[in-house]
Amino acid sequence: MSDALVRFVGVRKWFPVTKGLIANLLDRGEKKNVRAVDGITFEIRRGEVFGLAGESGSGKSTVGRLAIRLLDVTDGQVLFDGQDLGAMSREELRQTRRRMQVIFQDPLASLNPRMTIGQAIEHPALIHLPELSAQERTQRVLTLLDDVGMSPPELYYGKYPHQISGGQRQRIVIARALITAPELIVADEPIAMADVSVRAVLLDLMMKLKEEFDLTYLFITHDLATAKYVCDRIAIMYLGEIIEIGTLAEIYEHPQHPYTRALLDAVPVPDPLHRRLEPLPPGEIPNPINPPPGCRFHPRCPIAVEGICNVDPPQLIQVVGDSVDHLAACHLRTGAHQDLDPERVSG
Amino acid sequence: MHPLALTFLIIGIPALVGLTYVFVRGSSGLRRYVVTRIILTLPMIFILATVIFVVLRLLPGDPVTSALGPRGSPELKARMIDDLGLNDPLLVQYGRFLGDIARFDLGTALTEGRRPIADEMGERFPATLELVVPATVLALLIGLIPGTIAAHRRRQAPDYAIRLFSVIIYSIPVFWLGLMFQLIFSVKLGWLPVSGRIDAITGIGLERTTNILVFDSILSGNWVAFRSVLIHLVLPVTTLGLVLSGVFVRLTRINVIETLQQDYITAARARGIKERVVVYGHALKNAMIPVVTLIGLQVAILLAGAVLTESVFSWPGMGRYLIDRILARDFTAVQSVVTMFAIFVAMISLAVDILYSLLDPRVRY
Repeated sequence: MSDALVRFVGVRKWFPVTKGLIANLLDRGEKKNVRAVDGITFEIRRGEVFGLAGESGSGKSTVGRLAIRLLDVTDGQVLFDGQDLGAMSREELRQTRRRMQVIFQDPLASLNPRMTIGQAIEHPALIHLPELSAQERTQRVLTLLDDVGMSPPELYYGKYPHQISGGQRQRIVIARALITAPELIVADEPIAMADVSVRAVLLDLMMKLKEEFDLTYLFITHDLATAKYVCDRIAIMYLGEIIEIGTLAEIYEHPQHPYTRALLDAVPVPDPLHRRLEPLPPGEIPNPINPPPGCRFHPRCPIAVEGICNVDPPQLIQVVGDSVDHLAACHLRTGAHQDLDPERVSG
Repeated sequence: MHPLALTFLIIGIPALVGLTYVFVRGSSGLRRYVVTRIILTLPMIFILATVIFVVLRLLPGDPVTSALGPRGSPELKARMIDDLGLNDPLLVQYGRFLGDIARFDLGTALTEGRRPIADEMGERFPATLELVVPATVLALLIGLIPGTIAAHRRRQAPDYAIRLFSVIIYSIPVFWLGLMFQLIFSVKLGWLPVSGRIDAITGIGLERTTNILVFDSILSGNWVAFRSVLIHLVLPVTTLGLVLSGVFVRLTRINVIETLQQDYITAARARGIKERVVVYGHALKNAMIPVVTLIGLQVAILLAGAVLTESVFSWPGMGRYLIDRILARDFTAVQSVVTMFAIFVAMISLAVDILYSLLDPRVRY
């Protein structure tokens, strides 16, 4: 098996539903939880771009935060380079944080308005690389500014985040993530806020930097068109579970899970004659406090079979005829009930 | 030098430092803004002076009737009206008032022995300052630290405790708290004096220059007086500071909570910065702007007199003077005092605006 940088093993993250003090005192009933992430297992391999896609509310951002331990797991393990993040001491964790960084969706919100660009980029170095002298740090910041295409770097060093454009801000956030020479970058919808015109530029920049700095990305997105542009492997999440995972080609060329197909079908195609095969199922993601029994997708699934899909939760298993990397969780497409797949029957 | 002029100087020094900063280091936009603001202050004061002049004369009653009472003889009344210049046409009176203000001549009170208003303010304004400034500092300390702790420990025991404290303290009437403190610490325990600014006998021996008694006692090296002034300050300052702090606690808490939800705070946490530094270093600074606004507003209001606190503690400050003069329909005194306040308030709000631009680089003028 190839080299895993991050490994999720049976990870759950449940958020307790908080009520007010009075309500808690009065009501001693069972505690309710939002099951944001509910038992997922996967790995991110060193040097790859691992995409995580799903609708809003699917738990993909929570996975990103668990991967760098901004949140603690409720159950299971997150291993970074073979070490359990949850079992690390405070000092070990601090050391490890140097090796993983995060990029958020909104670059303006990600930058402290009181810090200049130079200070913002330098800040992680102050914490993690105290051995550098002030000049060395400044030099590093200037080099990085140049690397992310902010040149001449001296011009931008003393500016404040509100003085530059949105695309430039995201470059600054990327530069800040890079200064400690991390191995993993969690990019949570990094281009969703950018103008369409600069999205491709930012993606290209991220890919160029990946080669230069030997990075591994966990790329979180709701947009499969973007994912297709950059990812090596993709996992599709629905209601806190991974329902399909595979290489880019496998997912895009023969998606198995009906939800994956619907998502792919929702990607606009610039062809007036194009007809949608499987329109995105109506409705929204159900309430993650009380997920549906059986397959969580069955209330919206076009091919769900009564008595199977609403009873028995499907396992994430290998898709027949594909590589060991392509797994899906659907009774009708991969499991014991393949004979019930309407496509197979009609075809 | 006149004590009022000295007081102005004492307030003026930080203002001068601020202005120097603006003109030496500030951006050209900030400089232009400050100059514009200073120039705009003049029409503002003019309008305010006019309004107060008109309103006073629209009020029922006049200074002579309130001084002589209903049974004063008509001859005496007529002579007094004449003496005080109240027989002149309103426009002439108005012109005289504006002329006096322009020459910084505050005039003399119409009643109560016709004392020069500048002298009266020179005694009372420093007293108010001596009460209000430490009370605001105390309110700020009580506000910022527990406010931030509450935000940090949101929905945990410290948060509930601090919120409860702030609601209680905010809803307690200041005079009641003052009376309770007097009852406990002065009457029952006998630790602190009940009221006044200084021990009467010690006060006679104290040489007054600024009328800010803390400074006066230090300047003259009178340590007995210094001690007396400090123990007299404890109760009024604590009372006023506590009551003010309730708002600061809640404002700080909610702003720190909001700041803590920003992505740059999450990003800072992801970098492994100690939580203490995240909260008190990054979040608190960014939450300061509304707090600074409130300080400016509160100080401006309090300068006009923390009337209730002053009354409870027999503090010879501006608040009681202004109320007395209004009740006596003392036109000149009220006009002059209100105009002086307008100048102070303008200075404070200018200082707050300059502070904004230092606190938040996004603020541009």
